Amino acid sequence: MSEPVVWLTIFLLSVFVGVEVIAKVSSTLHTPLMSGANAIHGVILLGAVIVTGSTEGTLALVVGLVAIVLAAINMVGGFVVTDRMLQMFTRRRGGRS
Amino acid sequence: MIPTWAQLVYLACAVCFILALKGLAGPRTARVGNLVGAGAAVVAVAVPFFYLELDHLVPILAAIAVGSAVGVLGARRVQMTQMPQMVALFNGVGGGAAALVALLELDHMGALTPEFDVVATAFTIVVGAVSFSGSVVTFAKLQELMTSRPVLFPGLPVVFGLGLLTAVALGVVVVTDPAVPLGVVLAVVGLVVGVLLVLPVGGADVPIVISLLNAFTGLTVAAGGYVLGNVVLLVAGTLVGASGTFLTLLMARAMGRSVANILFGALRGGSTLGAGKASDRPVRSATPEDVAILLGYAERVIIVPGYGLAVAQAQHTLRELVDVLLARGARVDYAIHPVAGRMPGHMNVLLAEAQVPYEQLVEMDDINPEFKHTDVVLVVGANDVVNPAAKTSPGAPIYGMPILDVDEARQVVFLKRSMRPGFAGIENELLFDPRTTLLFGDAKDTLSKVLSAVKAL
Repeated sequence: MSEPVVWLTIFLLSVFVGVEVIAKVSSTLHTPLMSGANAIHGVILLGAVIVTGSTEGTLALVVGLVAIVLAAINMVGGFVVTDRMLQMFTRRRGGRS
Repeated sequence: MIPTWAQLVYLACAVCFILALKGLAGPRTARVGNLVGAGAAVVAVAVPFFYLELDHLVPILAAIAVGSAVGVLGARRVQMTQMPQMVALFNGVGGGAAALVALLELDHMGALTPEFDVVATAFTIVVGAVSFSGSVVTFAKLQELMTSRPVLFPGLPVVFGLGLLTAVALGVVVVTDPAVPLGVVLAVVGLVVGVLLVLPVGGADVPIVISLLNAFTGLTVAAGGYVLGNVVLLVAGTLVGASGTFLTLLMARAMGRSVANILFGALRGGSTLGAGKASDRPVRSATPEDVAILLGYAERVIIVPGYGLAVAQAQHTLRELVDVLLARGARVDYAIHPVAGRMPGHMNVLLAEAQVPYEQLVEMDDINPEFKHTDVVLVVGANDVVNPAAKTSPGAPIYGMPILDVDEARQVVFLKRSMRPGFAGIENELLFDPRTTLLFGDAKDTLSKVLSAVKAL
């Protein structure tokens, strides 16, 4: 599975998708976009759960649990705060942008 | 190892993250995009519980609950004015989590582990640590727990360079000998480098660094995905890394600066870093009644809202004043600078919160030609975005940043609390111009006085 070339391919394609997807965003949305992207990398929570689920020893477990708490703050808080910002935009009269 | 169904769900989540980012880039689809991203994240996190036999199930679930509760509380409580530091803090804890995960991975590694896995792990440890400590410093700067101006000490470039070299050298050692104590030392070096990276960045540039650190965290998550063989982490992290880097470049361009200049400009010795304290040169100040007369009989008025407006919570009073002026037959618009507030697009969020009608908000490029035909410009709590030093004084921290051409208007009224310079820490020559009138005081207080004076005209 961990065939480096396959992973390199996925990585490079994702780079292009990432740049392409936000290429023409207006500065009006820079703040929510940054916040939303921030929330997305909160999926490190998934990694934290997997690693913690196979730890042995108290110290490692504690470290893993701290990682889970931090990652969950990042992920959940990030999405909620982004939604709060975007709510401001949709409530506005005139509807556009 | 990972069952096919789980891999397919991961793939679907990765696609949803792409759609989420795409949605966030457009105003009409942004909210849906964010919800798609949130849904995908929840599903992705749930998957391993169904195919892995996880130990410590109860503590893990409890930790998720605690983190989620803290995240929701923080996100709900934060004021819109404090949004940039909140984003910085969330990014920081994400970087910290990535570094800790990598340390645990290191614990599982041995002599048989493929070298490239160890490289990716070492990368995650050091970059995650940089992102964590760097974000904490940006938070402290924006929250004004420390000075928002560049912090420099003699030899900082040397120490920073040594820190980077140590990190690389230690990284190589870790790759040859994946031992946890070495990983911990690597993390500590990363923490120091992160602090040194952000200290010399001042004022208005801080948000751009937050965006860059955000991209860093994305890359650490991608590296973590590689090591764990998890495609959703790889794709999500890479997306954020790439789009974040690109967003950083876009923001820097909006400020008329290069990223290198933003990061290392102060190291080269900026000469005009400004006094950072009140000036005692003479200015012309006025009473609310004077300002009311100026505004009440003007045909064309432009409002320049800034962070100070939002801090004073004066949006609603301002809106009322604008309504009265409109009723008196004046033409009134709000001029929105792309980096007004504390972050690009921040002012749009703040005014949207105050339900200022969208049609009255005009972006910089569209409003700039209008200033020379304008009778009165009312600057409320903004300073740097109208500072002519951006055009006239090379060496100023904001030099090169496109500004609102307020200096071309017939009259300028500044609502300010004091003569203290703005966020960038430089004095504004416009304040001393004979066409400028200053009205000192809390924006909400002075605006309501102006409002009642206009009504009484």
